[in-house]
Amino acid sequence: MFYTYIFLPLISAIFVPFLYKHFNRVVHTGWFVLLVPTSIFIYLIQYIPGVAAGDTYKYTLSWIPSLDMNMISYVDGLSLLFGLLISGVGSLVIIYSIFYMSKVREALHNFYIYLLMFMGAMLGVVFSDHLLVLYGFWELTSVSSFLLISYWYERKSSRQGALKALLITVLGGFGMLAGFIMLIMMADTYSIREMIANLEVIQSHVLFIPAMLCVLLGAFTKSAQFPFGIWLPDAMEAPTPVSSYLHSATMVKAGIYLVARMTPIFGGSSVWFWLVAGIGLITLLYGSLTALRQTDLKAMLAYSTISQLGLIMCLLGVGSLAVYFGPGESGTIFTVATFAALFHLFNHSTFKGSLFMVVGIIDHETGRRDIRYFGGLMQVMPITFTIALIGGLSMAGLPPFNGFLSKEMFFAAVNEVSQAGIFGLGSIGLLFPIIAWVASIFTFVYCMIFVFKTFGGQYRPEKLTRKVHEAPWGMLFSPAVLALLVILIFFFPNVLGKYILTPALTSILPMMPLSPYDLKISAWHGPNMELIMTFGVIVVGLLLFKTSKQWIQVMRNYPQGLTLNHWYNKGLTGTERLSESLTNRYMTGSLRRYLIYIFSFFVIVLISSLLLLHGLQFDFSNNAAISIFDVGLVLAMVISACTVLFAGNRIVAIVALGALGYMVSMFFVIFRAPDLALTQMVVETVTTVLFLLCFYHLPKLKKSIERIPFKLTNLVISIAMGLTVTVLALSANGHKLFEPITSFFENAFELAGAKNIVNAILVDFRGFDTMLEISVLSIAGLGVYIFVHQRSKRREQNETE
Amino acid sequence: METLMVILVGILISIGTYLILSKQLLRIVLGASIVGHAVNLLLITSGGLKTGSAPLLGEKVANFTDAIPQALILTAIVINFAVTALVLVLCYRAYQSFGTDDMEQLRGNELE
Repeated sequence: MFYTYIFLPLISAIFVPFLYKHFNRVVHTGWFVLLVPTSIFIYLIQYIPGVAAGDTYKYTLSWIPSLDMNMISYVDGLSLLFGLLISGVGSLVIIYSIFYMSKVREALHNFYIYLLMFMGAMLGVVFSDHLLVLYGFWELTSVSSFLLISYWYERKSSRQGALKALLITVLGGFGMLAGFIMLIMMADTYSIREMIANLEVIQSHVLFIPAMLCVLLGAFTKSAQFPFGIWLPDAMEAPTPVSSYLHSATMVKAGIYLVARMTPIFGGSSVWFWLVAGIGLITLLYGSLTALRQTDLKAMLAYSTISQLGLIMCLLGVGSLAVYFGPGESGTIFTVATFAALFHLFNHSTFKGSLFMVVGIIDHETGRRDIRYFGGLMQVMPITFTIALIGGLSMAGLPPFNGFLSKEMFFAAVNEVSQAGIFGLGSIGLLFPIIAWVASIFTFVYCMIFVFKTFGGQYRPEKLTRKVHEAPWGMLFSPAVLALLVILIFFFPNVLGKYILTPALTSILPMMPLSPYDLKISAWHGPNMELIMTFGVIVVGLLLFKTSKQWIQVMRNYPQGLTLNHWYNKGLTGTERLSESLTNRYMTGSLRRYLIYIFSFFVIVLISSLLLLHGLQFDFSNNAAISIFDVGLVLAMVISACTVLFAGNRIVAIVALGALGYMVSMFFVIFRAPDLALTQMVVETVTTVLFLLCFYHLPKLKKSIERIPFKLTNLVISIAMGLTVTVLALSANGHKLFEPITSFFENAFELAGAKNIVNAILVDFRGFDTMLEISVLSIAGLGVYIFVHQRSKRREQNETE
Repeated sequence: METLMVILVGILISIGTYLILSKQLLRIVLGASIVGHAVNLLLITSGGLKTGSAPLLGEKVANFTDAIPQALILTAIVINFAVTALVLVLCYRAYQSFGTDDMEQLRGNELE
């Protein structure tokens, strides 16, 4: 039952093309697709009471049981929170897309297949307990996101954005896989739960830190943390429903999910704290600063997403200190930080989803997305303005919206960190509240710019391409629901806290008892430090917003050469150029060069292995005696070989080669091999005839015109080859490991009825070799025939032309 | 005797390699032929030399020379011959088609 719902998006994706083909003229395909996430959402809601009471539900689906690869799912607070977000926001996004995507112009079947694929993959990620299965779904989210970003594939920028997203997230995915494999090696299990139950083994292992770094690489690339966040703004080339769903509410939170899931394993170590909290803080500041520079509304929201993800990441890092302190007063303080992370995660999905939809509406109604063309849209689009105002003020952290609550908790958490005094925090810890405060000011300013430069001020219809009017109700429905949630959560935060966030917290920090300290969220918590900081944010932020005309241009003129994108592009073209020049350098196309590589490799490997493995042992004791005749023959062979080498004349070279062959057959006579001598004699004769036949057509041997260095390399390599073979053969003669098996073949008469042992071997004992050798000969003959014949055919063709 | 043969094989391999590394097609074929001879000699040397009579059972002697390397070499000679014939015709065709036998010029162009 459970898996039917988890795999429902993937299964139903199969039917989308049929529905599109038969019903699209009448009904928008999205209406059918809408059934999928809503039914999942309703199904998952049933788990809330049980999970809130502290239960977890385990499901198993066997896949490859012999390799221990099974789909194992635990429904606990954290996965339920994500599951509800995915299906809930998914339903709203599909309603929105029904009105956003044109039934006539767009290839809707592609769109909904990709979207359902993504939804299924994302549900798989959050409900997997088996690490490798989790990785599989993780990569599926990357692939489906790639397809969605390049949905309008005829645009160059879409293709580039998709490629960038794929390269970066898959890089992180591979890192994560490496980290997972290390974890599996350490704990000897695939299950995350069993790893948490068996912590001591992992935490004392050598691979603990490498595994942590690899897993974090995966989480940081997926969640667009510094410096991997550059793919997210380019992914804004996707249709707006996609940006709203993938790039604000769900996929970018997969990294957050991973960090939260791994906190019980890695949390409590200083490296984890500094990386997660530190990178999160840097991302927060970087994202909020860069968002100020943007003029495109979607790009501004993209950088704001990066910044908010940094905030959540930072809170998770701070929250991991609870693992260090364990149950107790300080532990509880940092438990609240993790709680704040979850709370902000939820809040961000609501307000950022609605803001993206608002931008989509503006884009849809005005045909533009650049903030410099807008102004005064409030008068024509009042409902859109209201939604944007709610979302924007919540993002800025103002009451009475939910962003205020989570931002207060964020300030409280960073204030606590500055006083924690562990992991070398000391006075550096003071940087946490300062950076957080400064980044919050920037956040406030870009939220103001987003809302009031677009909707406030003078209405200038002449700058817009279309006649602007309010969006249809269907488009407004989803952002309105999200905006309503933003307000509702402000007034009733504890309902959400009790039923959804607290169980999720229990699964991130299973070791902390929650009963003595109620995790209550209160809108008014007395005049404390956090409230003063918020007042400061508003005052300084308003000042900056009022004077924005003076400084915003300076921000926008920030040099391109210093951006991360610039370095990314440079690195990409640099690696391409490097590999190209490297390949061109050694792949020259010259046969001689390749032969030199092969011969040198042969020499180096053989000589070094002989030396290193003590293979040089010479044994001359079994040598046969040498007669004068042998010496003469050897000398004659060397002389004729040298004649081939130095011959300036073709016929001399060929005759010398023939002489060499006849002398080889003389050796066969000496060595008592009559069959060999016969064959060698005949073959040598035929070969010489063949050479003589061909040589009439072949060019004359040229006096070598090669340069001296060329000759010198050849000389060195050929002498090295000769020496290697000699040394190898000599030392091989020194090692006789066992007796030869020849004595068996001396029974040739009894076994095969033959008196000639060599012939018996050739046709009886090892007849297969002979058969294949005959095939070689016939293939060569056919080849020769074809080469000669084909030539005449081509000539005829040329003549007719 | 074995040592002498191995040294001969080394010299033949050196000369063959030098020829293979040269620019002219015909020299490369000649070099390959020499290397083929050297390998055959090495094979027969590895079976031990002059230890008995020819491997023919009609002779009433106590021991024969090793017959296995001989059978192997017989196969090798024939295959060597087939390959040499094919390569020779190939050289001839290459020279006919491209008008050169210089390996530095026979390296294909950039776009292939």
